[in-house]
Amino acid sequence: MKFIKLLLAAAFTVSASAGAFAGTLEDVKGNGELKCGVSTGLPGFSAPDKDGTWKGLDVDVCRAVAAAVLGDAGKVKFVPLTAKERFTALQSGEIDVLSRNTTWTVTRDSSLGLNFAGVNYYDGQGFLVKKNLGVKSALELDGASVCIQAGTTTELNLADYFRGNKMQFKAITYDTSDQTVKGFEAGRCDVLTSDQSQLYALRIQLKDPNSAAVLPEVISKEPLGPVVRQGDDVWFNIVKWSMFALVIAEEKGLTSKNVDSMKKSSDPGIQRVLGTSGEVGKNLMLSSDWAYNIIKQVGNYGEAFERNVGMSSALKIARGLNQLWTKGGIQYAPPMR
Amino acid sequence: MSTSEFQSQPDRPPPNFQTGWVKWFRDNLFSSPFNTFLTIVAVYLLYLTLPWILQWAIFEADWVGTTREACETTDGQPRYGIGACWVFISVRFNQIIYGFYPPELQWRPNIIAILLIVLLTGLLLKGVKHKQWIGAFTLIGFPIIAGILIHGGLFGLEVVDTDQWGGLMLTLILSWVGIIASLPIGTALALGRRSQMPIVRTCSIVYIEFWRGVPLITVLFMASVMLPLFLPEGTEFDKLIRCFIGIVLFQSAYMAEVVRGGLQAIPKGQYEAADALGLSYWEKMNLIVLPQALKIVIPGIVNTFIALFKDTTLVYIVGLIEMLHILQIAGRDSEWIGFDTEGYVFAALLFWIFCYSMSHYSQSLEKKLHTGHKR
Repeated sequence: MKFIKLLLAAAFTVSASAGAFAGTLEDVKGNGELKCGVSTGLPGFSAPDKDGTWKGLDVDVCRAVAAAVLGDAGKVKFVPLTAKERFTALQSGEIDVLSRNTTWTVTRDSSLGLNFAGVNYYDGQGFLVKKNLGVKSALELDGASVCIQAGTTTELNLADYFRGNKMQFKAITYDTSDQTVKGFEAGRCDVLTSDQSQLYALRIQLKDPNSAAVLPEVISKEPLGPVVRQGDDVWFNIVKWSMFALVIAEEKGLTSKNVDSMKKSSDPGIQRVLGTSGEVGKNLMLSSDWAYNIIKQVGNYGEAFERNVGMSSALKIARGLNQLWTKGGIQYAPPMR
Repeated sequence: MSTSEFQSQPDRPPPNFQTGWVKWFRDNLFSSPFNTFLTIVAVYLLYLTLPWILQWAIFEADWVGTTREACETTDGQPRYGIGACWVFISVRFNQIIYGFYPPELQWRPNIIAILLIVLLTGLLLKGVKHKQWIGAFTLIGFPIIAGILIHGGLFGLEVVDTDQWGGLMLTLILSWVGIIASLPIGTALALGRRSQMPIVRTCSIVYIEFWRGVPLITVLFMASVMLPLFLPEGTEFDKLIRCFIGIVLFQSAYMAEVVRGGLQAIPKGQYEAADALGLSYWEKMNLIVLPQALKIVIPGIVNTFIALFKDTTLVYIVGLIEMLHILQIAGRDSEWIGFDTEGYVFAALLFWIFCYSMSHYSQSLEKKLHTGHKR
């Protein structure tokens, strides 16, 4: 009997959770820190450095939200989460925002009581080839042998892509990503396929990283972005626009270095972003300098990208799809007005 | 003709092949054709692997430096994958030991470590008086002091939240708590399972069979993923406490069965003699049965402890970063991708040191408590 009561109570708690979390903004302000769920370790996206400071593109989303809400990008408590527990941690209120290379899909968006607040990295399946093959495009890969990790969706995507383009391939499957790299290095295959962000991390593990290159084609959609609980629209807006602020800052040429001098700018667009005119901050229920704090303390999207995964990092990922829409990519933010 | 008196000659030395290292080799390595064959195979295997291992781990390894470049270049020239990169370990050493514990407060766990070493030496050395008091303090007083000092919050000590604990420190804390809590609970359960009282017996059996029937990883996963959904909103239940509870519940079930094995090995005459002396149930158990039973099962108990020590790595499933996992995520730092092998080898070495010391301690304990019960 007691057990049934407990179950009922639990069911009630779960069903009630959507509405009961209305005040995430107040909670974060009250705690004085943002609780942010990140990956337990993914190169370039979230990993602690040798001093224990978390770094990465996903981590910078957390810092941006903290800068917007609390005015200090350092006031984040990072909660490392495994893939299995990430959604529960968000649902149960253990974290305020989940920024953990999570792919946006309709199932997750609609059935978990969660909202995706945007895309901070457009990932997708790509190809790593040896440079001495002289291949410049995936369409030249007819007849290639492909190293692949068994039992993942990448296997299906690969077959679809080759069939769609009327090409032949020979799959060589391995159990772990480490074995896959070793197989590629030993020349068992011409091409290695995996998600692009992974390919760059795998490439560093080659004896000579410069002997291999990632092809420009992306054959599947893996939009990764931060997630919040459904039913708290104020908080949803804040996280969404913290992300957009990063992109808009890059569009408008605002960087962590020039943002102080840009405060004097007469451009009304820049003034609205930096809060010197307009009521953007107030409408978001934040201070007027919320976006200034993000740009000053975290930088714009391009800076975060370069620092964590781009050319100034060890990964050297090309901007590709993650370039601004004005420069041939698809990173786009609605106007701030 | 004179008769010579019989005089004993001095013993002749044994033949060369029956003394010294020749004899040792003959006895131990070449005593039969089959053993000779095995020796040759073993030497050949060593010849194949040992030079490579030594070259990788010592001669060609990089020891000094602070960056990745230290391992990838020699005198400015690139070099690839000949030797281990121990720089990776030395750069991350502080994290491997303390996790994310604030560096300026690391004296606190240090004091605890020193205190633990002092207490253990006190227990191990012969001729130290009042050992039972030291033992009782190690089991009861020490964990309280350690908890206060490491967590803080009392006596003006700054609080260090459990999410900042990690590395070897966390591994040791988890196993220490598991070890000292599971032994008494396990003993109680073992007694309960052999009790005459039906309710106590049934409860013990259900408990033991339930917890022994589920994998530890499931217990931890439930504690981390399901429990928060059942608790009322806003109740935050520390992850580490959840793990402690899970590990202790699980481990005491195993311990109960080990102790029960010891209880069953005590001859019935011992029980009857105690009864005949008019001892109460608890006197009988405390004075006669348990001292003998626990002594018999020392190997089993230590076996369980060693298994527990290694099982603590499973807490990674709930996002706690113990020693093995901190080495794993160190290799996820984009500066240090590709040095996982060094990390795993180092973790294995640390685990081996601790497990071997435990097994060594148990052997010395067995010798010390040996009173002729072994056949």
